Amino acid sequence: MPETPSKPAPAAGAPAAPAEVHFTVNGHTLAAAPGTLLIEACRAANIEIPSFCYYPKLSLQAACRMCLVEVEKIPKLQTACTTVVAEGMVVHTETPTVHAARKSAIEFILTNHPLDCPVCDAGGECELQDMTFRYGAAVSRFDEPKRHRDEQQWSPVVYYDRPRCILCYRCVRVCGEGMDVWALGVGNRGILSTILPNHQDHLECEECGMCIDICPVGALTSGAYRYQTRPWEMQHVGAICAFCGDGCKTTLGVRNGVILRGDNRDKNGINGDFLCVKGRYGTDFTRHPERLKSPLVRDASGELRPVSWAYALETITDRWRGIQAAHGQFGVIGSTRCSNEESYQLQKLARRVLGTNHVDHHRSADFPALFDALAQPAGAAAQPLPQLADSGALKTAKAVLLVGGDPTQEHPLLAWNLRWAHRLAGASLYVLNRRDIRLRRQARRMALLTHGTEADAVRYLAAPQRGDPPQAELTAVSPPGDKRWPQTPPSTPQPIPGGLEEFRAELAQERDVIIVFGPELTGDAVQALVRFGASLPGHTRYIAMADNANSRGAADMGLYPDLLPGYLPVADGAARAHFAAAWGGDIPAAPGWNQRQMVEAVDRRELDALYVVGANPFRLDPVNAANLKSCFLVVQDLFLTETAQAADVVLPALSLYEKSGTVTNTCGEVQSQRRGGSFEGAKTDMEIIHALARLLGADFGRPDADRVFSEIRAQVNGYDVSLVQLMAGRGALAVPRDGAAPRQAAPQMIRPNHDSLFTAGTLGRYSATLNAVLEKHSRP
Amino acid sequence: MSVFSPATRDRFERLAASYPQPRSALVPMLLYAQDELGYLPPEAIAEIAALLGETELAVREVIGYYSMLRTAPAGRYHVQVCTNISCMLRGGEEVLAHCQRRLGIHNRQTTPDGMFSIEEVECMGACAWAPALQVNYDFHQELDPAKVDEILEKYRRQG
Ligand code: SF4
Ligand code: SF4
Ligand code: SF4
Ligand code: FES
Ligand code: FES
Repeated sequence: MPETPSKPAPAAGAPAAPAEVHFTVNGHTLAAAPGTLLIEACRAANIEIPSFCYYPKLSLQAACRMCLVEVEKIPKLQTACTTVVAEGMVVHTETPTVHAARKSAIEFILTNHPLDCPVCDAGGECELQDMTFRYGAAVSRFDEPKRHRDEQQWSPVVYYDRPRCILCYRCVRVCGEGMDVWALGVGNRGILSTILPNHQDHLECEECGMCIDICPVGALTSGAYRYQTRPWEMQHVGAICAFCGDGCKTTLGVRNGVILRGDNRDKNGINGDFLCVKGRYGTDFTRHPERLKSPLVRDASGELRPVSWAYALETITDRWRGIQAAHGQFGVIGSTRCSNEESYQLQKLARRVLGTNHVDHHRSADFPALFDALAQPAGAAAQPLPQLADSGALKTAKAVLLVGGDPTQEHPLLAWNLRWAHRLAGASLYVLNRRDIRLRRQARRMALLTHGTEADAVRYLAAPQRGDPPQAELTAVSPPGDKRWPQTPPSTPQPIPGGLEEFRAELAQERDVIIVFGPELTGDAVQALVRFGASLPGHTRYIAMADNANSRGAADMGLYPDLLPGYLPVADGAARAHFAAAWGGDIPAAPGWNQRQMVEAVDRRELDALYVVGANPFRLDPVNAANLKSCFLVVQDLFLTETAQAADVVLPALSLYEKSGTVTNTCGEVQSQRRGGSFEGAKTDMEIIHALARLLGADFGRPDADRVFSEIRAQVNGYDVSLVQLMAGRGALAVPRDGAAPRQAAPQMIRPNHDSLFTAGTLGRYSATLNAVLEKHSRP
Repeated sequence: MSVFSPATRDRFERLAASYPQPRSALVPMLLYAQDELGYLPPEAIAEIAALLGETELAVREVIGYYSMLRTAPAGRYHVQVCTNISCMLRGGEEVLAHCQRRLGIHNRQTTPDGMFSIEEVECMGACAWAPALQVNYDFHQELDPAKVDEILEKYRRQG
């Protein structure tokens, strides 16, 4: 397989390569950097060159011959996808010879193609259909019968129809080079060639669907979507994936309010081409039969009974008013999958209306500790923190240090970007982990800890003179550029005498390192990491990995007992005054209870009311059912979770895909989305919060995401992001500013889910597709 | 547990070590493996993949590409009849038809006793003595039906 030509490094002493080469295409003079492929240079100049097998950033294949062009002084037509521009080159792309070649290429590709567009899933968004229409001939000279093969199901997600396959090998390349899974191959030869799955008659892989997405025709189709609809019958709505913390843009295909698929047809989100199995197929939780369709109130016999919205809301506010009158204690637990606007309004409801700082969410990364560590010395003018990296920065990073976590499983987009940097930019990846994670295959050096924790190792790196190094086996792996690694790890770990000292010495040679760290680091270990990062040459930047779609937003919006939005300490009078002025009322001064303390208070019968929004705290902190009797529990969610089953009132909420608003990914990129699907009977969390506030005599205004986001932009540190960038569908990095007081970290409250590719906390249980894939059950 | 004899296993290890990229040894290894086992069963594919640090899929891709590599057993005597141009002009197709009649099997089939199998192949480089056939690694050339009968009989007697 030919490799993507890289720009040749000029030999020492050789004259420097020219910055640009000039050439002519159809009479226009063009310029491009040396090494540019002709097809890219033409496309950049809006000159169309049809292609099938060419795909940017994958190795070159030159299999389809669709891109043939005439180059003067070369007698035969040349494939533009493998021709590198050269000084003085004269190219013609619209001559009779080229037209005839395209016609023949299509005719040849169609030799065995069934042209069953009317029943094919790809019909309407098929590159072959478009090209046949534009360049093809009306008749074929092949009159032999077409070879037929039955369709094959390779997994619940991936189906293969050999007759439609045009053998462009994009699927093989994206699975191998892009995903580093290497689950697809090519069997046989010539006209008998076929795509093969790695287990002969089925696939065992990441089920990401990248192969399906990249297939230019309908040869690979998705079990979750096939035969359900046609592309032109759906609305295509840009949304943010509701699963992990990476915040991929996914384009929902919606028909009559029902979300039929997630895909990324316009490829303009922060994730470019990428989506993982959850973003692509997990959307079916919105159609799960157990979804709550009406509010439920526990009646005298102890049963949860369906009631009207008005009745449910009044039941809640009547009880809450009674508890307020008796000076009872309120607790509020927010969500890591609600929008920023909803989290912001929820903590406002808690602090300003219910008068409590007992506010928390399920934490999975110690963001306060990171911002505390990055805070500038007291007295310095408040400045944006320049030390945060967005997800795209990983693609062009020179060096990355990954501490803890397992991005391949828990942060698939970050893992994709890291593999990208390794493959296309030759980045050096350093991995420090207790587990032998899969990204070792891309690592320049891995420190596999045999004793101690990542936190111990980081403390040692930051201050080696203090204490003995935790023992590590350092594993050297193949240098970047060896692209065809097998499934099995390339080498067995070998202890290296220098241990962590050597690891540190190598890192000290790098510049501009991006440090990505997992939930293993909390509190002072994060401080130590930042001290170590500051000792590295160049400009060190950081990414903290948190579990869910809006874990970062929940933290930024102040779903903490001790922190207001923007990480301002609740104990700080000035910070309180700022928000009291914005919200038109006082905020209690004493920091409140965290999630576990709230649940413990329930057990001590000291919490009188608990309001849980889009969270399942009793899964982590089980509560004694008898003690719940003295706590009025309201749960608002999509499903009857463990926590909802214990509630006095249950309110059906809409999912992230069914609302407008903004979410912030784990790196801090804020993205906005519009409502995709709809669901009869449920309301958005914001509508519910606003209705409750109104019944309690507080006016939160219209439950309109744009209006609340304006308030957030004005009031919350770092959220005065560019609206233009948001509206263009890109992520705008929110950089919380330096705060005044040290943050009160509660490291023991960082409790990551350790989701795999196929699980997603409570939500993942309700996706039929995620549950159906074999690997969910066969992999640890 | 290896499916190969110790000698073959040794040979594989030497082969794998003699190229800058171990996978360069794949085609010769597959040929030796097939010589020893008669075909390439899944266990052999798995063992070779592990030896080279390749995926089984990558090994299967190569097997599928080369028509002389097979994943199902052939007869003890694998009769490969050339019908490419020189042989065709000199009666190669009649030789093939005769073999099929004589052995009572079609192309790519094996006799019930497992003794013979037939495969129609492309040029084997014996054009100067066309028509030619090859039984395992032995060449037989300038054939006519009588000569074919004699050859087949000789192998049958060998058992
Ligand atoms: S679903 Fe993903 S991992 Fe599986 S074969 Fe396709 S590209 Fe490879
Ligand atoms: S299955 Fe699709 S992507 Fe793969 S080779 Fe065939 S046409 Fe190309
Ligand atoms: S990587 Fe994360 S955000 Fe992206 S599609 Fe997968 S689960 Fe969704
Ligand atoms: S795009 Fe150039 S040969 Fe396929
Ligand atoms: S054509 Fe038969 S051996 Fe060459």
